Amino acid sequence: MPKVVTDVTCPFCGTLCDDLEVTVSDDNKKILSVRNACAIGSEKFNHTSLPGRVTRPRKRQPDGTFKEITYDEAIDWTANMLVKSKKTLMYGWASTSCQAMSVGHEIAEKVGGVVDNCATVCHGSSLIAIQDVGIPSCTLGEVKNRADRVIFWGCNPAHAHPRHMSRYSIFPRGFFTVKGHKGRKIYCVDCRHTDTARVADEFIQIQQGYDYELLDAFRTAARGEALPDTIGGVPKEKVYKIVEDLKAGRFGVIFFGMGLTHTLGRNHNIDEAISFTRDMNDFTKFSIIAMRGHWNVTGSGQVLSWQYGFPYAVDLSRRNKARYQTGETTSVDLLVRNEVEACFNIATDPGAHFPIDAVVSMSKKPTVTVDPHINMSTEISDIHIPVAMVGVETGGCAYRMDNVPIETRKVVDAPDGMLTDVELLTKINERVDQLMGAK
Amino acid sequence: MTNKISLNMITCRSIKQGVGMEAGKTSQKYFDACSIIEMHADDFKKLGIWKNTNVKVTSSVGSVIVKAVETRQDLYPGLGHIPMGPWANQIVPAYTFSTGEPCFKGFPVTVEVAMNEPIMSAVDVVKNACGLLKK
Repeated sequence: MPKVVTDVTCPFCGTLCDDLEVTVSDDNKKILSVRNACAIGSEKFNHTSLPGRVTRPRKRQPDGTFKEITYDEAIDWTANMLVKSKKTLMYGWASTSCQAMSVGHEIAEKVGGVVDNCATVCHGSSLIAIQDVGIPSCTLGEVKNRADRVIFWGCNPAHAHPRHMSRYSIFPRGFFTVKGHKGRKIYCVDCRHTDTARVADEFIQIQQGYDYELLDAFRTAARGEALPDTIGGVPKEKVYKIVEDLKAGRFGVIFFGMGLTHTLGRNHNIDEAISFTRDMNDFTKFSIIAMRGHWNVTGSGQVLSWQYGFPYAVDLSRRNKARYQTGETTSVDLLVRNEVEACFNIATDPGAHFPIDAVVSMSKKPTVTVDPHINMSTEISDIHIPVAMVGVETGGCAYRMDNVPIETRKVVDAPDGMLTDVELLTKINERVDQLMGAK
Repeated sequence: MTNKISLNMITCRSIKQGVGMEAGKTSQKYFDACSIIEMHADDFKKLGIWKNTNVKVTSSVGSVIVKAVETRQDLYPGLGHIPMGPWANQIVPAYTFSTGEPCFKGFPVTVEVAMNEPIMSAVDVVKNACGLLKK
């Protein structure tokens, strides 16, 4: 009899939906169907059962092909690489559990690694801004129950966080938002007329790269000061009208994404968005939330912060102290300047998502990639170690985009003999201890 | 047909890119979702091409062959979009302005017709750049 596992947490995006129902075969090996998940989430669960999955570590041969090796050989090779290298980039962590991160950081402390997560090419700018000016934020539950003015600025949840709008931000009925969608006013600021813009009451099409100017104009309008006729292609009348609408709301929230963090201005854009949120609290209640991408990138920031005081790009190569300086200890800069001797990628794919100059630099160094599937990083690595998928084949703690911890669940068994991230890292850690003890 | 136009380039997630990525980065779904450039209809006219024509997109760091398509998520003329992934990253400048964040959005590119040039697969496009592609 197939059985249904309920309240499953989805390990795809920062929304961390925790209401999935997954039907699994009676031997607990195969996923038969997934309910309540978005298109991307279902694909992630169904992917586990696809044929052709790599189940044992692979080592690249001189002719470019890969040869299967044992876990012990892979662990030994990795531990040797880590011990030999004076400074290793240990990048990723966003798609694994907080427990695995903790073990990984222990290794990094011993071997002198730089621990960086996907925020470095994602919401890193937001974290810099939060360090500069703080953040008046709230949980997604508060958004669902209270928010009647919702702004999506430079983000496209219809594509990147598909169930965000139905679970929290636009459609659900909450305690003080009994009318659901009808009781909320939705604004979308973007340079493209995105699918999120289609469900917004007001779409503000901004010229690409003018976010700082427009946010500044919102702040100026909130104080009743004069504006130029247009700001980044947006007429001033529209800015004044929207600001008055926002002031009339009971609870407003800004969701922002890569449209602010990747464009010119970077952290200064977020700084301005946070400052606008703070200003609006003179008139009504207002809050701001970053639309975090990977499902546990927030968790990586949390674990690093409580262990070392910095949320990403933590350089532990001086062993007795942690350093953090964006532009210096961040992955892309380290790779482009060739400042690391080896790379250890886990639970992410820099090969596909880093600019090519950084990827080329990585391909020239000893590299190990730990990932359940074949991706661009595994193909340029010396060793690819497949592991069980966290959130599907093993559980673990994750943090939602609003910093709420949620436990993910194991739904099916991993292929026979496959290690989890925690098991693999623990074994690497033990091997590192042996090698360093023998030194 | 040797027309060349300049665009302001952005790279973003799309739901098809997300589904393709989870289906496997070597899958046809991922290839179809990411090896494209979305442009405004006016830019198609300027370039003198029909939709679904291969084009060569060049930035200050490199170039890549992708397929030009029309999009439901309208751009304004002069703005181009390649979904995030290995094709987009061939042309993304790695300079981070000391923030750690490369220029994924808002960098100048030129687009020219490359009707007969093939689009490389996800693995090949990365391996080729790294000098690991066996020809």
